[in-house]
Amino acid sequence: MWKFIVRRLLITLPQIILLSVLVFLMAQMMPGDALTGQVDPNVSPEIKEQIRERLGLNNPWYIQYRDWVAGILQGDLGQSFRFKMDVTELLSQRIANTFWLSLVTLIFTYIIAVPLGITSGRYNDTLLDQGITGYTYLGFATPLFIFALFMVWVFGYQLGWFPTSGSVQPGLTPGTMEYVISKFNHLLLPALSMALIATVSTVQYLRSEIVDTKQKDFIVTARAKGASESRVYNRHILRNSLLPIAAFFGWEITSLISGTIFIEQIFGYPGMGALFLETILLRDYSVVTALVLLFGIASILGALLSDIILSLVDPRIRIK
Amino acid sequence: MKSPSALRVLWRELVRDKLALVSLIFLVLITVAVFGISLVLDQREIVKVDLFAINEPPSDEFILGTDYGGRDVFGQLIIGTRNSLLIGFLVTLFSGLIGVTFGLVAGYFGGHIDNIMMRILDFFLILPFIMIVIVFVSLVPSYNTLTFSLIMTAFSWMGIARLIRSKALQEKELDYAQASKTLGSSDFKIIFTQVLPNITSLIIVTMTLNLAANIGLESGLSFLGFGFPETTPSLGTLLSYARNPQTLEFRWWIWAPAAVLILVLMLAVRNVGEALRRATDSRQRRG
Repeated sequence: MWKFIVRRLLITLPQIILLSVLVFLMAQMMPGDALTGQVDPNVSPEIKEQIRERLGLNNPWYIQYRDWVAGILQGDLGQSFRFKMDVTELLSQRIANTFWLSLVTLIFTYIIAVPLGITSGRYNDTLLDQGITGYTYLGFATPLFIFALFMVWVFGYQLGWFPTSGSVQPGLTPGTMEYVISKFNHLLLPALSMALIATVSTVQYLRSEIVDTKQKDFIVTARAKGASESRVYNRHILRNSLLPIAAFFGWEITSLISGTIFIEQIFGYPGMGALFLETILLRDYSVVTALVLLFGIASILGALLSDIILSLVDPRIRIK
Repeated sequence: MKSPSALRVLWRELVRDKLALVSLIFLVLITVAVFGISLVLDQREIVKVDLFAINEPPSDEFILGTDYGGRDVFGQLIIGTRNSLLIGFLVTLFSGLIGVTFGLVAGYFGGHIDNIMMRILDFFLILPFIMIVIVFVSLVPSYNTLTFSLIMTAFSWMGIARLIRSKALQEKELDYAQASKTLGSSDFKIIFTQVLPNITSLIIVTMTLNLAANIGLESGLSFLGFGFPETTPSLGTLLSYARNPQTLEFRWWIWAPAAVLILVLMLAVRNVGEALRRATDSRQRRG
């Protein structure tokens, strides 16, 4: 098993390096450099050139790349020239919001998926199962942003049950109970919208997994030995089918990232996805670069985590 | 007895599944209608700003009202559907071409070539698609329909490539491929004139399902403001007006028809795709 994990880790490193090269090349394509917006426009071109030389902006690209990576490893992601602060500081203001949004979404995704998947798989081809299958069919075809628009229109504007923008009601002091409740209230609708769409693939996977397992020989044997129906499901079938699902959450990170971009835009939620859209419109490219790199690394590590967990719970993968 | 051809099997399943057949007829009708009407409509006339008629609710003059620039929503809906379908087809076609070639080569040769190619594929698969596409869209200097679809293609060929590769791995072990190799056919000939025809049904199915996904992705990007410009409206462009809370809350006629249309289009394409997918698996066929 260690062999698998080591091999998997060995793939991850080049992936991260490749990502950093791609992001670096993207940053090079972007107009302007680290100097843009930093110096007085009246400064003469010769002095600008001197500063460029000193900052190493005239070096060949591989030396610039080396310096850039070295900076990142020390936590230096550059300066945001619109927000006039370090990118690291800007990100740290937003990262908590996106973290909570993603976490609550993941929790909802599983809370919805597990009972629906089990019901649908256990009572397959009943009316109940057809209802759940219908829901997953619709969920697959519905783009997330249309569903989210619909949710905010109905529950935010028409019914007025939920706030339609922000991450917390202004004027509350952090740490109080009201503050926490307001935070959660702002999270609920966006997270639920995202989870209701994200969950369909897990529901479908769980259903087909259970329907498959039901017909296996060891289940027939368990029944023949007189195991009760609930024992067959809880001890034999679910143990086999639920564990792989637990490993999915790492892969979910990739879809969560694109999800948060849409969701934060629609719900006016100040997170990293919204920051990405803001800064790309403002052409604040040092922030954009940092965000792409960060989200890219998050997806790579998420996939790594999932693969490792899955190899722990499902030995068949290791042998391959 | 000669067994029915792949296309015949696909067609038989489509006819047997009434929902899929209705969806297909609907898709053909809407495509013909949209392309037909947009021949008559003048795109420049429709996207021209008219400040005397902004945000008008539906009336006799404007069946679906007007947007914040006084532009006719119904006309934009027709042209938008055309543009959305067009880009969907283009991206599906391009990514299909790349994906099928990539998958065939990786699967057929196997070994080290396959290994390296799959690592490249894994890398592309893991990139945050929406973010990367948005960055490229805002960077490309000459930005138009073609460059937009090429950018989308560059990051969406992986799904079909992986599927085709695993099929090609099985296919090359079969007798016909082995026999052809023994007779001295070149690898190129085996891949493209012998293996490829044998997996057409899989390609058709996957590309149909991809079409639905690509229409959704394009409208999503346009919704965020990184797809088509306002002068070339797509269905997503109409939805992007709903980013304005006022429009979202009070002017449903601007965004709701486009939302419904996207949903219906995607469902219809999926219905057809699912029926075709069943047809490729003889155990699930209805017909």
